[in-house]
Amino acid sequence: MILTRAAIVVLAGWIVLALAAPVLGLDPHRVSLPHMLQGPALSAPLGFDELGRPLLDRLVSGARTSLLVAIAVVFLSLLLGTFIGTVSAWLAGTVDHVVVRIIDVFLAFPGILLAIALAGILGPGIDNVVLALTTVGWVGFARLARAQTMTLKHREHVLAAVALGARAPRILWYHVLPLIAAPLIVEATFSIAAVIIGEAGLSFLGLGVQPPHASWGSIIQEGTRYMLVAPHLVIVPAVALSMLVLAVNLLGDRLRDRLDVRRWE
Amino acid sequence: MIAFLASRIASAAVTVLGVIVLVFSLIHLVPGDPVEVMLGESASGADREALRQSLGLDRPLPVQFAAYVSGLARLDLGTSLHSRRPVAALIGERLPATVQLASAALAVAACVAVPLGALAAMRRGSVFDQLAIALATLGVSIPNFVLGPLLVLLFSFSLGWLPVSGRDGPGALILPALTLGTALAAILARMLRSALLEVLGEDFIRTARAKGLRDAQVVARHALGNAMLPVITLLGLQLGALLAGAVITEIVFSWPGLGSLTVEAIQRRDYPLLQGCVLVVSVSYVAVNSATDLLYAWLDPRIRLAGP
Repeated sequence: MILTRAAIVVLAGWIVLALAAPVLGLDPHRVSLPHMLQGPALSAPLGFDELGRPLLDRLVSGARTSLLVAIAVVFLSLLLGTFIGTVSAWLAGTVDHVVVRIIDVFLAFPGILLAIALAGILGPGIDNVVLALTTVGWVGFARLARAQTMTLKHREHVLAAVALGARAPRILWYHVLPLIAAPLIVEATFSIAAVIIGEAGLSFLGLGVQPPHASWGSIIQEGTRYMLVAPHLVIVPAVALSMLVLAVNLLGDRLRDRLDVRRWE
Repeated sequence: MIAFLASRIASAAVTVLGVIVLVFSLIHLVPGDPVEVMLGESASGADREALRQSLGLDRPLPVQFAAYVSGLARLDLGTSLHSRRPVAALIGERLPATVQLASAALAVAACVAVPLGALAAMRRGSVFDQLAIALATLGVSIPNFVLGPLLVLLFSFSLGWLPVSGRDGPGALILPALTLGTALAAILARMLRSALLEVLGEDFIRTARAKGLRDAQVVARHALGNAMLPVITLLGLQLGALLAGAVITEIVFSWPGLGSLTVEAIQRRDYPLLQGCVLVVSVSYVAVNSATDLLYAWLDPRIRLAGP
């Protein structure tokens, strides 16, 4: 599939750029007022922003922020959510009831509203963004892991393990986790796309990384103020962000088909 | 049905209580002393004590929580630190604008998603179907703070057709509604397509076809109603994304709704106002979802008869 290949190229491209950012000799904070809002030049193929900083350099350094936050948030959410979900389903009873209630309460906050409120309360900064998005993000994984574990609990191989005297951590790790990994991986892929949007959204509202550091959300927000004179300041990061999210979503779709996740639901 | 109703309402009440606890705790998550953060370092000791007392932060936690809940019972959400006015009044002023924006976005989404999803399902595998899927994937991948400015660039700056921001006249609603509605339209179209495909495989559809009904009639009269059930549930859940998306969309277009009020509250460190906004939005969301569940049960006897 040509689309899948394109998606892989886009995603891999940004990952390589983000990883290589420190050695590329970028200068995202170089203020140069004579170049203010100017179009492309040799030293800045994508033009300059309102302080004459090269947009390409800022975009690449923003990609580093976005991907770092996305990976950190999804990793932490996956870990926490899977742990809570599987253990809750395994223990059942009162513990499970309480966990389900807590999950319901977190799901009662629409979308990233809780993350916006938390980031606003905790104050701006990248660590608080990770904390806020993880607080919202673990719930989806917990719900999925719990539902999946429930269906596996009474399978023969699990019952056999119980009969052989295996303890809960061993059973969950060796006999349950491998079977629920596929849907969790698919969920994690879509979650990466959602977190990239979430981080950019928080930064757009001024709750993410602080100036002079760049994030795609803050670049777009700064760009909207100069849209009339320098539309490239919005269009370029907007296209970059949408392409990256689209690529991740496409890969998620492909992964879901490939792993045939429907079967497990 | 009454037993189902009671159990749904009881479960919603427990969730709302949890939401209240979480929103109440928000102010205690402020790093350091919330009073100092709100007033700034230059505030005098007397001012700090006065605010601490008026917020009740000097009392033990259980007492604070009891006072908060009893306030809520009287629809008292506290007083805004910035404007010194009741939070409930401020929210009341901004609420209509958000309801208007969300309804318009919902209308946009329905108008796009129903024909797109239905046609895609009817012509499964065709070029149109593939195009519809591609459009839907694109739609969910464009965040509203990206789509909004791009639409402004095109329709306001280049073409000059619509206002850039504000809420003057009906024209001002179009771009915010499109911005907010696009992602929902994409999700709905996908969902409707797959729900329709499932329904179109049922026996009663074959019967309808055997009677000689045309494709459009089969879909409109027999399939769509059945396919709408899962879509309605999804719509209730997606309302949350709509309300959260409204925060950013309202900022992009300077729309004077609850979302921009939330962000103003954050910027001014007006925590009682922020708590009030989050609480009102979340509780409405719980209410809508419970209503959706009930509607679903009313539409589909299988649900209420099977019990919750």
